Amino acid sequence: MAEPLLSVRGLSTSFRGEGGVVRAVDDVSFDVAAGETVAIVGESGSGKSVTALSVLRLIPEPPGRIEAKAVRFAGRDLGALDASGIQALRGNDIAMIFQEPMSSLNPALTVGMQVAEPLNRHRGMPWPEALAEATALLRKVQIADPDRRLASYPHQFSGGMRQRVMIAMALACRPKLIIADEPTTALDVTVQAQILELLKTLTRESGTALILITHDLGVVARYADRVCVMYAGRLVETGPARTIYETPRHPYTVGLMASIPRLDEEIGRRLVPIEGQPPDLSALPPGCAFRPRCPRAVARCERERPALEPIGPDHHKACWNDVRG
Amino acid sequence: MSAAETLLEVEDLRVHFPVLRGIVFHRPVGTIKAVDGVGFRLARGKTLGLVGESGCGKSTTGLAVLRMLTPSGGAIRFEGRDITQADADTLRPLRRRMQMVYQDPYGSLNPRMTVADIVGEPLAVHDIGTPAERRAATAELIALVGLKPDMADRYPHEFSGGQRQRIGIARALALRPSLIVCDEPVSALDVSIQAQIVNLFEDLQTRLGLSYLFIAHDLAVVRHISERVAVMYLGRIVETADRRDLYKAPLHPYTQALLAAVPIPSPALEAQRAHPVVAGEVPSPMNPPRGCHFHPRCPHAKPVCSETAPALRDLGQGRAVACHLHGD
Repeated sequence: MAEPLLSVRGLSTSFRGEGGVVRAVDDVSFDVAAGETVAIVGESGSGKSVTALSVLRLIPEPPGRIEAKAVRFAGRDLGALDASGIQALRGNDIAMIFQEPMSSLNPALTVGMQVAEPLNRHRGMPWPEALAEATALLRKVQIADPDRRLASYPHQFSGGMRQRVMIAMALACRPKLIIADEPTTALDVTVQAQILELLKTLTRESGTALILITHDLGVVARYADRVCVMYAGRLVETGPARTIYETPRHPYTVGLMASIPRLDEEIGRRLVPIEGQPPDLSALPPGCAFRPRCPRAVARCERERPALEPIGPDHHKACWNDVRG
Repeated sequence: MSAAETLLEVEDLRVHFPVLRGIVFHRPVGTIKAVDGVGFRLARGKTLGLVGESGCGKSTTGLAVLRMLTPSGGAIRFEGRDITQADADTLRPLRRRMQMVYQDPYGSLNPRMTVADIVGEPLAVHDIGTPAERRAATAELIALVGLKPDMADRYPHEFSGGQRQRIGIARALALRPSLIVCDEPVSALDVSIQAQIVNLFEDLQTRLGLSYLFIAHDLAVVRHISERVAVMYLGRIVETADRRDLYKAPLHPYTQALLAAVPIPSPALEAQRAHPVVAGEVPSPMNPPRGCHFHPRCPHAKPVCSETAPALRDLGQGRAVACHLHGD
């Protein structure tokens, strides 16, 4: 088997605060193959965003602290890179798209400058050429009249257009991997569909791998090849998208699937919620973090933390109970 | 439908906001027609879903129905009374019968008040019962929404989003309303918690005979909870129908686009589904397109669509659509 494009082993990120140390990400391992789309799914506080930010070391240290057994990208050990080494990678080989395009774009710089910047910075492209390339990139993300729009400022763009600009920036240096953190959560549903289709088309075209961080199980079903489900900072189930949706095996994944209303189901079905409240990361129980809400907990769940174990072809879960369906 | 008693009837509702310029002398330079000719009926004990994207006027419609805004025109009849232009004194007793649940469970609860004070405040404001009776009623409400009695003396920050939404619902129920306007009541909650709150809304409706005007952008949640659905676009209703008809066979191109844009949580289904994307974004309500507001984005637009606005035509069997493609 070829080496994956990105391989993360034993990633843990903790934050020191008033109430002690909070482990936002706890011993997370996953791979992303070249060209594939991997979704990291979870609810607020599950650690999905912190996982992605930690890979790019975008967590301020202190108060954060990132530890990992290994993070390898395209054959290189990212752990061995110093600050300038990782900076040379960001926006170049690995690009990031954030949820809030307004706060991630610089309000004082023209859109053209911002799209051209990675080309100038990472590729040493002179500004006139970089700006010409930026025009082409804006056309690629279907912004009308790109020559004129180059001189516009972010506030002159709508939310959807700003997210298109973010995608153009991300694509500028032809990255091998794009990390998109809730890229359409702030957008209306018809615009969300536009942006995700655009992202899919462009990443397929260029063979770029995509890590899609989202809480939307519909979006995951439409776009992801593989899925990583997170709960309370840990991976609880991973596998091919079809396997996760058709035969989920972790009680949390099973619960999520039963709790969402769907457009294709019979009208009148009673939703089956996951009982209880989301976990408090600063006071996690020993053993499995999902146990207080789990309908299938066994005695062992209270004492020992289950590790992510293989249960089928490319399918893993972290659970002591052998849940089926 | 016609047999059920109408609780709320809205006719040709208009809410227009003047756009002012100037620092010392404000002069009007335009009008935002946030709600422009909206009409619907809500039967007692039923739920009407109001869906649309941001800026479509769904929240403004909700505020106007509760008369937290004064409409620019049209009529609102609640429990048989015309409240469109009613003054504060007339509205006060009626306000007990119509309540609101807000989207943001963090911003809509006073952080300095205990749960018991928050839930009991409407009773105190309307001077209902003795303090002892109010305490008993408050305890009952707290139990009704699934919170534990010992939570009554705690403060909002000690609760998760879902629990806070329960507190907001208990407060809305305090005065025994017949109508609750729910403005995106589950969209700020985590997926696993949304189902808890949706089920609570359903249980309370069964037990108390409540009517909901359920405002949301999530089409799957609206389909689940509402018998009837009205789809809004830039201040107007473009289609209204019973949920079965609307979701099975949407008639308006905008409703079709909305439904196609919602992904179904099934990779197998999504792999077979075409993903047509409607172009463009919702235009500014300050300067909406002429004719049918949707025509610049509509894949089926005809010349007439940019000339005249289509009226909401009754197609019978509870269906109505505002589209020239469905004219005679």
